[in-house]
Amino acid sequence: MGVTLHVNGKESVVDAAPDTPLLWALRDHMGLTGTKFGCGMAQCGACTVQVDGVATRSCVTPIDSVVGSKITTIEGLGGTHPLQVAWEKHNVPQCGYCQSGQIMNAAALLAETPKPSVAEIKSAMSGNICRCGTYNRIIAAIQDAAGVKS
Amino acid sequence: MSLDLSRRTLIFSTVLAGGALLVGRTVPGLAAAKPARFADFGPFLRIGSDGTITIIAKYAELGQGAQSGMAALVADELDADWSKVRVETAPADPITYGRPAFKMQITGGSASISDSWLELRRTGAAARAVLLEAAAAQWRVPVADLSVTNGTIAHAASKRSAPFAQFLEAAAKLTPPTDPVLKRPDQFRLIGTEKVTRLDARAKSNGTAIFTQDVRLPDMLVAMVAHSPRFGGVVKSFDDKAARAVPGVVDIFQIPSGVAVVARDTFSAKTGREALSVEWDDAQAETRSSDAIQAQYQAMAAGQAKADWAPFVTKGDVAPALSGKGRIVTLDVAMPFLAHATMEPMNCVAQVDGTRCRLTFGTQSHTADQRNIARLLGGKPEEVEIVTLPAGGSFGRRSVATSDYQKEAVSIARHVGGFRPVKLVWTREDDMAGGYYRPLTHHRARVALDKDGYPTAWEHRLVTASLLRGTMFEAAIKNGVERHGVEGVIDSPYLAAVPAVDARVFHPPEKIPVLWLRSVGATHTAMAMEHMVDQLARQAGIDPATYRRTLYTRANATSHLAVLEAALEKSGWGSPLESGWARGLAVHACFGSTVANVAEVSLENGEPRVRRVTVVVDCGTAVAPDQVQAQMEGGLMYGLSYSLYGEVKIVDGVVERTNFDSYRVLRMEEAPQVTVHILPSTQPPTGVGEPGTPVIGPAVANAILALTGKPVTRLPLVRA
Ligand code: FES
Ligand code: FES
Repeated sequence: MGVTLHVNGKESVVDAAPDTPLLWALRDHMGLTGTKFGCGMAQCGACTVQVDGVATRSCVTPIDSVVGSKITTIEGLGGTHPLQVAWEKHNVPQCGYCQSGQIMNAAALLAETPKPSVAEIKSAMSGNICRCGTYNRIIAAIQDAAGVKS
Repeated sequence: MSLDLSRRTLIFSTVLAGGALLVGRTVPGLAAAKPARFADFGPFLRIGSDGTITIIAKYAELGQGAQSGMAALVADELDADWSKVRVETAPADPITYGRPAFKMQITGGSASISDSWLELRRTGAAARAVLLEAAAAQWRVPVADLSVTNGTIAHAASKRSAPFAQFLEAAAKLTPPTDPVLKRPDQFRLIGTEKVTRLDARAKSNGTAIFTQDVRLPDMLVAMVAHSPRFGGVVKSFDDKAARAVPGVVDIFQIPSGVAVVARDTFSAKTGREALSVEWDDAQAETRSSDAIQAQYQAMAAGQAKADWAPFVTKGDVAPALSGKGRIVTLDVAMPFLAHATMEPMNCVAQVDGTRCRLTFGTQSHTADQRNIARLLGGKPEEVEIVTLPAGGSFGRRSVATSDYQKEAVSIARHVGGFRPVKLVWTREDDMAGGYYRPLTHHRARVALDKDGYPTAWEHRLVTASLLRGTMFEAAIKNGVERHGVEGVIDSPYLAAVPAVDARVFHPPEKIPVLWLRSVGATHTAMAMEHMVDQLARQAGIDPATYRRTLYTRANATSHLAVLEAALEKSGWGSPLESGWARGLAVHACFGSTVANVAEVSLENGEPRVRRVTVVVDCGTAVAPDQVQAQMEGGLMYGLSYSLYGEVKIVDGVVERTNFDSYRVLRMEEAPQVTVHILPSTQPPTGVGEPGTPVIGPAVANAILALTGKPVTRLPLVRA
C-alpha cells in the first residue's frame, strides 16, 4: 500500500491512508516540516503549498486528490527565490511560523500576476493570517520582489 | 540589578575546547555539532576558531526579535563582524541565566534588551579587552596602538592585522577586566543603526527554522488529549474501543487533564481522538456564560453587587465634587476574555525517565516550568532539562505559572516512560478553548470637572480576575492589589494631575484560567483611561490633544508630552480630512516606554475602517531601530485585532468560536498603513515588545467618538 506523491521534483511513496491530509503526509511522513499547521480548516494559510502552481491549503487536501500533481513546498522554492531574498531584506519574519505559507501564497500570486497592485496583493494574501502582524512588510517585500514601487 | 551580578558574568572560565561541549545546547538530532574549536568568554559569548561569534541568549525568541538586539549589544562592544554573529538560546539554568529581579529565568515584561543593556555590553567589552591584550603581547606593541574593525585586530604602524580567532588561545588565559570601559553612544557602530538585522530572517523564510511542532526524534510518539469542554470538568468514564482500532494509535490512557491518545503520527492521534468517547463529570466545573460574568462585574463596579474592594490610589476627598452640582462624566467599559491565539498552537516534546526529564519546546518561562515539572515528577528542578526552540508566537501564553500544557506533556511521557520522546500537539480548537485568557474586565469611572472642564475628582472601580492567586507568584499580591491588573491606572499622569482620587480594584477568583497577554494590564487600562480622557475633553469642549497637553504638563509627564507633540505634528492633527473620516488620538506608557497613536478611521457598514496610523515611541536608545519599528507595527496589529474582533465567548461554560472561522483576527486587507517615528534618545533602552499594543484600541475608539459622538462602552468594536 502507499500513495505516490510528486513533491519538489521527486517522487515518494507515502505509507498513509488515502484521506490523510497532504499537510501531515508532508510533515510527518516525508519530514518536510517547513509547511506549518495553524488551524486545520483552511482558515489561516500556514499550510499553503502549491499544487500544479496553484496555492493550496494542504490541511484540507487529501493525498489521494493530488496524486499525479506537482507539489511544491517551501523547501522546493530554492532558498534564493526573489520573494525569499526580499523577505530577508525587509526583515519580514517575527515568530516566523506563518511565513512559509505567506511566501508560498505570494509565489503563486506573482506567477499569475507578476506586477500586482497593493489592492491585488491584499486580496490575494488576506487568507493568510499573521498573528505577529507583519502584513505591511509582506506587502513591501512582495512589491520589492516584483519590482514594483511602493 | 546589582553591579556584582553583572560583574559576575565577566569571570571567564575560558577553556579552548572542541565541539563536544555543544552537546546539550543543541536539539538532539536536529543540528550537527560544529567542527570548529571555540572559547567561552563568560556565559554569554563564545568565539570560534572559524571566526563565528556566538551569543548565548538568556531570553527566548518568541518573534519579538530581541535575540538579534542582544547580539548587537555584545557585537558592538566587541567590534565584531556582524555577518559572523550567531545566537543560541541558553539552557535552563536560573543561577547563570536567571533575571536578578526574579531569581528566575523568564522572558517577559518587554525586558530582554533593557535587562541586557549593561550585562551584554560588558561581556563584549571584556572579551575585546583580553583579545587586545593577547594581540599586544604577541606583537609586543602597546594595547593603545591597536584598533579593532569587524573582528580584525590591527596595528597600523607595523601594518599587522589578524582576526580574533588567532588570539583565542592566549586571550583564554588572561583575566578579564572587572569593569571594562564601555563605548560612548557616539562610538556605537551597530547599536542604533539599520545594520542590526534579524539573524533568524533567512531560516524563517526558507522553512528550515525548527519550531516545537517540527521536532522529529527517533522513536517519537505524538499525543493529543481529549479535554473537558468545561473548565474544572473531569473524566467520568471513557470508551476507547473504536479509537484503539485506528491505525497508528499506540495507546490511550487517562491523565489528570483528560484522556491522552498516543500515536505514531499527528493525523493518527487526531483521528484516534475523534473516535474516542468520553463522559465528563461537571460537578466542579464552571457552567456560567461569559455574558453572565460580564453582567456581574458590571454590577460590582456600579456598587450593585458585593465586591472586596482594594484601594490602590487614594488622595483628597472625591465625595464633595462627585456629589456636587458640577459636571460629572461617567465611563463604563466592558472588556471580554481574549485568547492569545499564537500562530503555532501550544505544544511540547517531553521525555521522562523516573524523575529525569527533557523538554524540547518554545517556552517563555524556564524556571517555572522546571519547578512545576520537578514537583510533578517528585524530583529536583535541575533534573528537568529544557532545550529551547523558537516559539511560533507567544504573547504571554508560553509563560504560565502552572505550566499547564507542559505538565500535560510530561504526564503522558511519564506514562510512556523510558525517556521516549512524546510530542504533545494541541489543535487550534484545543488552544482556543484551553483557557489562560486575558481576563474579562470591567472599568467604571466617575469624574467631576471644574468650570474650565478639567477634572477635580476621579473615582475608579476596576474588576479584573486575579492572575496570581494560587500560583507561585502569589506573594506579589499586596493588600489585595495585583500591580499587573492596575498598571496604567495607578501610574496614570491623568490621576497625578487630579487633586482627589479614589481608585479601587477587585480581583475576583474565577475557575476560568486567566493570564497576562501582550502588554498585560494595559490591554484594558489604556482603553479605559484614554477613552475617558477623550470624553472629558469633549464635555469640556476642548481639543483632546490640548486637553492632554494640559494634564501632562500638570503631572510633569515629559515623555507623554514629547510623544504627544511629535504625533500631532507627524499626523497632521487638526488638518481637515474627507467627510466620514476622523482622527483618534491615544497615548500610553508601559514597560518604560511611551507610545502615541493617531489613527484615521471611518465607519463602513457600521464597522470601523482604519486606514493609516501614526506611531511615535519614546523607548530610550533604540538598539535595533528596524526591530523597534517592527514591534510597533506588529504590536499595533495585535492590539487592533483584539480591539476590533477579539472575544472568547463562553456559553454555559463551553467556549464557542474555537477556530479562525469564528474567532476573527486581523487580516491583511484590514491592516492600516503604519508610520513609526522613534524619538531620538541617549537614555538606556526600555521595552518595545508590548508598549505598541494597547494604544491603538483607544485611538480607534476615540475616532469613533469623534465620528458619532457616542462613547464606546464595550469591546470588541465589531461584534459577531
Ligand atoms: S493549517 Fe491549513 S489553512 Fe490553517
Ligand atoms: S511572523 Fe508570527 S505569525 Fe507571522
